[in-house]
Formats: sequence, structure tokens, C-alpha cells
Amino acid sequence: MNKTRTAILALTALLLAPAASAQSLSDGSIKVGVLTDLSGVYSELSGQGSVKAAQMAAEDFMKANRAYVGKVSVIGVDHQNKADVAGNKAAEMIDRQNVDLLVDMPTSSAALAATEVARQKKTVAMVVTGATTALTNEKCNKYTFHYAYDNYMLANGTGTAVTKRGGSSWYIIYPNYAFGQDLNRQMVSAVQENGGKLAAPSDATPFPNTDFSSYLLKAQSVRPKIFGTMQAGNDLVNVVKQYNEFGLKKQGIGLGIGLLFETDVAALGQDAFAGAIATVPWFWNFDARSRQWAGRFEKAFGKKPTWAQAGVYSATLQYLNAVARAKSDNSDAVIRALEGHSFDDFFARNATIRPQDHRVILDVQVVQVKGKSESKEAGDIYKRLNTIPAAKAFMPLSENKCRM
Amino acid sequence: MFNGLVNGAFYALLSLGLAVIFGMLRIVNFMHGALYMLGAFAAFALGQLLGLGFWPSLILAPLLVGLLGVVLERGLLSRLYGLEPSYNLLLTFGLTLLTQDLVKQVMLSRFAVSSAPYSPPEVLSGVVNLGFVVFPKYRLFVIALSLVVCLVTWFVIEKTRVGAIIRASTENPVVTRAFGINVSGWVTGVFAVGAALAGLAGVLAAPIYSVEPYMGAELIITTFAVVVIGGMGSIMGSVVTGFAVGVLAAVGAAVYPPIANTLVFILMALVLLVRPSGLFGLPEGAR
Repeated sequence: MNKTRTAILALTALLLAPAASAQSLSDGSIKVGVLTDLSGVYSELSGQGSVKAAQMAAEDFMKANRAYVGKVSVIGVDHQNKADVAGNKAAEMIDRQNVDLLVDMPTSSAALAATEVARQKKTVAMVVTGATTALTNEKCNKYTFHYAYDNYMLANGTGTAVTKRGGSSWYIIYPNYAFGQDLNRQMVSAVQENGGKLAAPSDATPFPNTDFSSYLLKAQSVRPKIFGTMQAGNDLVNVVKQYNEFGLKKQGIGLGIGLLFETDVAALGQDAFAGAIATVPWFWNFDARSRQWAGRFEKAFGKKPTWAQAGVYSATLQYLNAVARAKSDNSDAVIRALEGHSFDDFFARNATIRPQDHRVILDVQVVQVKGKSESKEAGDIYKRLNTIPAAKAFMPLSENKCRM
Repeated sequence: MFNGLVNGAFYALLSLGLAVIFGMLRIVNFMHGALYMLGAFAAFALGQLLGLGFWPSLILAPLLVGLLGVVLERGLLSRLYGLEPSYNLLLTFGLTLLTQDLVKQVMLSRFAVSSAPYSPPEVLSGVVNLGFVVFPKYRLFVIALSLVVCLVTWFVIEKTRVGAIIRASTENPVVTRAFGINVSGWVTGVFAVGAALAGLAGVLAAPIYSVEPYMGAELIITTFAVVVIGGMGSIMGSVVTGFAVGVLAAVGAAVYPPIANTLVFILMALVLLVRPSGLFGLPEGAR
């Protein structure tokens, strides 16, 4: 008798499996923690916009999967671009607020600190805005995924495109800290691999720095075809402003930019950047699918999305989809569902999550900044030069140093 | 190096204001960098809201910052006279943090950017070939104007009757008041002029650097070093040292880039070892 009852119960459980899997979420809900810069230099390009993007992903996911998940909620936390703060906040979010996913993480050092905490606490982390290739190389781990971009992809895309378009000699300056040194190394090798040369050895500049006139005067005297700047954010804005002030463009010296965000162009005006070539994972008016999402975002947030914010939406949604496939929010199960997964959304085209190093590879775009007169509408800043297919855009596994 | 003179001009203008305020009022004004930033921000905002170009802003923005100086001195700082100097140091430091965040909020909500573009006037855009170097016209203008302003300020304080009254008011307020001179009025005036000088430096900087809330934070540290090297309170000292440090940092950056930002502090340490009162400062007892 007892055996029959057990059998019936087991059968019922099996039949009800899809509905019952909501109970397999650890606490009946999924919590996404957007660890970002809410007040500092990167707050415009990620910040509140990233939190909004993650919320949109959560809402879209709940609408599409009403049958078998609990509530998805999103919290945004400020890490102030400081590694120690990022580590502490990550631990607090996981331990006290039961966060299941950490996402965004601008500033390489902050991303490295937060992902280390996530590894110890066996929580999935998806780095969207941090750039260092260390995340998928010497510092790679089972719980960390790297989305959207990295220094190799930037240098490879821009160095190759600019050199092939006639930028045969370069003079490069870079900010003297981990990100800048890494980006300079990658850029120099991309230039040399494509037959370009250095007109003078690269110079490290203090970080942060406002006055770049010594380096611009040096560029005038060594006369490279391309003045390469690996500066980011406000330092980049100052370099480009002074590049124009010193009239380098008129003297026939082009501009190659390592890392460019939409917000930098907005800060200085398109004309100051016009003609410069950069590599980006996405831009809002890339095609109809992108425009459609960007329109929704603008309606909800009041501004056009940056690629970092679009990337946060995509990463969050891909994580949630993996939870649905795994029917569990257990990190190891979700990771099994993520590894090797191929997908295509409005942001990540032809994307695959490499199981060996957790690098998310996707098609990336080489773009040139349009002059104001070429723009058809507000925020129309990029002309697409070419697309680098996912398989060629990122560091090949043969060069990869990841031991997971 | 020639381009060092431009940064030197900013150091000189800023440390001149600091020296005037410290020399006369004994206030260590940590807010000076924020006043510089407010000058740049005022020029940007006047342009955006009222459509004012560079030239009107060059006059108006320092006046506005000077006016704010009056409010600050009368409303807050004057209440701390007679207390330890660390009180006004803490107050001005706190005000700096407050101002930076306020300006950031205003820029983000009103102008939708946190770092704003500002162009030099048409006449001064472009470059000139000086023979040995191709140099932006605007930077030459900055050097020239700063030199003139520094010399005029020095002349007024050291050589004129107005300067004599100011020096007397701060040296011995009781006696000066006995001569029927409104001492606290002059003190407020001096603070306002110091603030306006910082504002002027800010307007001049706007076309070279991007206008952003934290632009004064870094500069102020170097400026303090300049004032210490020149001799606390010495006007000539801060002007000469300002330009010299600018040039030195530029040479440093050309020879060995990583040292550029540190050079001024190495110099400060050396000077303090040899002459504790600074290059142009008088020994404590001689005051």
C-alpha cells in the first residue's frame, strides 16, 4: 500500500516537473546585482543606465517565462571604481542580499577583485564593462564570464583596420596603469603584425592627467601617420581636445583610439573626433533590431543606451535564460547551461560562450566617427567600416593562458 | 620647454590667489581648486544659458566667483577667525567636496553631460609657427594675459596706497582701525580678489581642458606645493615659482614621463631642507 502511494506521488511529481521547478530556486527568487559606478567617471556610460538595462532584462524574462520561475529582482550597488570597495560590496551582496548574479563591473581592477570574491562564494559573475584580458587568462575561473569586449579585441580591431587603411607608422601614448599598459602592448603587436611600425617608442603618461601637450609636440616632431591614444574617459577627452588644439589633424596626423565610448564623443562633440577609428561591440543604430531595443531603453531611461548598458541587458538575459534551461539557480547547473551555448540577440551577434576560458565571443564592429554634417539624427555618430566575425575578433584559444 | 609656460601660467594665477589669501588673512584656502573649477563651469554655463561668448565670460565668470568669495568670507570664514587654522582648512575642504558634487549634479541634470566642451574664441583658434615649434595661438594668449595679471596684482599690493592699506589691515588690525579704515571690508575684498583670480584661471583653462567637476582637485595639490616652494604668502615667490614649476614639469615629462607629476614634490622637499621658509619667504622672525 505504502509502495503504491510512493509511486503515485513520484509520478505526480514527474508530471508536475515544469511547475515544481520554481521550488528548485534556492529562495524562490532570482536576484541580479549590478555592481557598477554610480557616482564617478564611468557613471554615465554604465551606472544607473546599467541598472535600468538589467531591470528591463528581468521584466522581459518574467513576461516570457511566467510558467516556471520565481520573481526576478535587480539591485544596483556603487563600487566607486575601487578594487577594495568592489570586493567588499560583492561579498555583501552575495552573503546578505542573496544575489545570484553579479554583472557589469567597470574598471579592470574592480572587476578582478569582485570576480575573485564571486569565485570564493561560488556565484556567477558576468563582467561587461571591465576590459582586462586577465579575466579570461591568468585570472580566469569557473564562475567568471567576460562579455562584450576586452583589450585584445579593441587593439586587434582598431590596430588592424587603421594600419591596413594606410596608417603605417604610429606614435602611441598610454596611461601608466594596468589597463593602459595592457592595451598598449596589444595595440603595438596588432600594428606590427599588420606591417605597420612605430615612429617612436610608446610613451607612458601619468594617470590621471590633464595636459598632454608634451606628447603632442613630440608627435609633431616624429611625424607618425597615426597618433594612437590608449587613454580612456576624461583623459581621452582631454587628449583629443588638445590634439585638435595643436592642429595635428591638419598636419596630416590621424587619430587612433584604443577605447571609445559614446559618452566621450558626446562630451567633446563629434567634430573633434571626426575620422577617428575605433572598435566597438555594438552601437544603438547598428540595425533595425538594435534600434528597436534602443528605442525602448530611451523611453524608459531618457537617454540613448551606450554599448555597456546594452551589454548588461544582454548578459543578464542570457544568464536568466540559462537558469530557465537548467531549471535551477544553482551556480554549477547554470554554468553547465552557459558553457558552449550559442545564441544571437540584438546585442551579441553570432555569439558563443567558450567553455575553455568563459570568453563570450561575438561579432564586433570597426567604426569611424562621423562629422556633425554627416549625421542624420541625434546620436548618429558611427559609420560602420567592417564587421570582424566572432571567431577572429577575440584572442584565439591557442594564445590563451587560462587554466580553469 | 615652452609649453610648460602654459601650465605655469595656471599655477601662477592659482598660487597667486592662494598666497594673497594666506599672506593677508592666514587662511589655508582648500577651496581654491573648486573656485577654479567654478570659474570654468561659470563660463560654460553662461555660454549655454545666455549664449555669452568667451570674452564676456572672461570678465563675468571671475566676477561671479569673486562674489561667491564675498559670501563665503562673510558668511562662513569670518566666524572662524581667532580659532586654530585647522578649522578653516577643514571647512574649506568640506566645501570643496560639496561644490564638486553639486556641480556634477547640475551638469548631469541640466546639461546631460559630466564633462563639457568649450572652444576658444575664433580669433585665437588655430596655431602659429614660432619657428622652433608649432603652437596653438590660444595658449600664447593665456601666457601673456596671466603674466599681465600677475604683475598688476604684485604692483598693487607692493607699490600702491591700496596695497599699503591692505597690508596694514592684516598686519595690525587694531591700529589700522584707529585710523578710521574699515578693516573687515578690506579683508573681504582681499578674499574676493583671490577667489576671482582662481575663477579667471578657470575660464582660461576651459578651452584647453574639458570642463568637469573634479578638474580643480588635482591642480590644487600642485598649487599648494608651488606656494610652499615660493614661500607662504610671498606674492613674487608664487608667481615666479608657478611658471618655473610648469616649465620644470614639462621638461620632466619630455625626459622621463613617469616623473612629471612627482618632480614638484621632490623640489618642494629639497627647498624645505635648505630654506624652510621657501625661496622667497622671509624667516618667521622677520615678519
